[in-house]
Amino acid sequence: MADNAVQFELVSPEKLLLSEEVEMVVVPGAEGDFGVLPGHTPVISTVRPGVIHIFEGGAVKTRIFVAGGFAEVTAERCTVLAEEAVLLDDIDRDQVEKSLQEAMEDISDAGDNSTERALAEQRADSARAKLASLDTQTYQ
Amino acid sequence: MASLKDLRVRISSVKSTQRITSAMKMVAAAKLRRAQENAEATRPYAERMERMLGSLAQSAVTAGTAPPLLAGSGKDDVHLIILVTSDRGLCGGFNGSVSRWTRKHILQLRADGKQVKLLIIGRKGRGIMRREFGDIIIDTIEDTTKPVPMFETAAEIAQRARDMFEAGECDVCTIIYNKFVSALTQDVTPQQLIPFALPEKDDADGETTDEQDSGLESGAVYEYEPDEQEILADLLPRNLSVQVFRTMIESFASEQGARMTAMDNATRNAGDMIDRLSTDYNRMRQAAITTELIEIISGAEAL
Repeated sequence: MADNAVQFELVSPEKLLLSEEVEMVVVPGAEGDFGVLPGHTPVISTVRPGVIHIFEGGAVKTRIFVAGGFAEVTAERCTVLAEEAVLLDDIDRDQVEKSLQEAMEDISDAGDNSTERALAEQRADSARAKLASLDTQTYQ
Repeated sequence: MASLKDLRVRISSVKSTQRITSAMKMVAAAKLRRAQENAEATRPYAERMERMLGSLAQSAVTAGTAPPLLAGSGKDDVHLIILVTSDRGLCGGFNGSVSRWTRKHILQLRADGKQVKLLIIGRKGRGIMRREFGDIIIDTIEDTTKPVPMFETAAEIAQRARDMFEAGECDVCTIIYNKFVSALTQDVTPQQLIPFALPEKDDADGETTDEQDSGLESGAVYEYEPDEQEILADLLPRNLSVQVFRTMIESFASEQGARMTAMDNATRNAGDMIDRLSTDYNRMRQAAITTELIEIISGAEAL
């Protein structure tokens, strides 16, 4: 492996989504974004819903939205276990707004059913996070 | 004795059965391939999660700060059993064997004075268990495999198990499913979900590989962000869903394998039957011709 690259892996429960060598990757950690360059200290962190930025040649190459998960970083590797991952460019705003609305309705319909309520709230949170990610474009 | 016409009808009906079973075999074979690919695709996630969990859990257990999902509720009174079966039949002993195993397990637990609750995935399992254990079935979850098991469904099931555990409605949760060995073999396997059983580490060679692993992987201790306990509290429920998902995927692959084998046997049996019936049919037709000839000849001789 090249010395100036990080082996970045993005895994969802269903499959290995991405595995490539990148220059730098910025992960939305639970306590703030952190950038991973080669030689990073080993870290295990939770990931909040947000956008993963992959840098190539000093500029953002890919933006991927993740709905939370975990990240494991070692000196030469960065593995993100994501619950849901979509390319930011593939997100359709109208559709997200609709699913947010549906989730809100589900929450009010769920009433006392705690399981359904929790699931609907999760959906709503994920939709909100998607919208927020679309609105704020950090990094160029 | 069946008449010639009866035999003809039977042969054609067996033939159409054979057509169906061989078509089902083809379908199962195609689905099996996809299910196997699916099962393989889920492996990286589970492996990496296990690695993270391993390093976290070990330190939490030694520090005595393990959350209930890992340490258990301190009791062993109420067992929740999740039984994974298929929605559709015609797959040989697939549902029968896993249900039989579960039945034995339940009776054993009862003999030990435990209380048992049953959560069933798949329509077939309900049909089998309803008669004897109808009163302890909490719910049946159907149509989980359309067209393949989805992670969301697994997460919902895991959530339910967790809710019950947290509400004190169960102390131990075990999932029983058909583990996929090969297309021809499935193994009934119980797996304990709550409290989470760490991968075996206490046997001698397990320890050495573990040391090598951690030495290779990082050579250093991880930093945790936020802190260990919070990550663990997040990771454990997620791991639960992943485990449920994995068993569902495995069970689905096993189901297709079992169906393929069963349908292959059925097709062969139908072929044998057609051969036997055709022999009977030809023999009888020949006998009828001979009888007719004899009648004509003896009639002519009598003149």
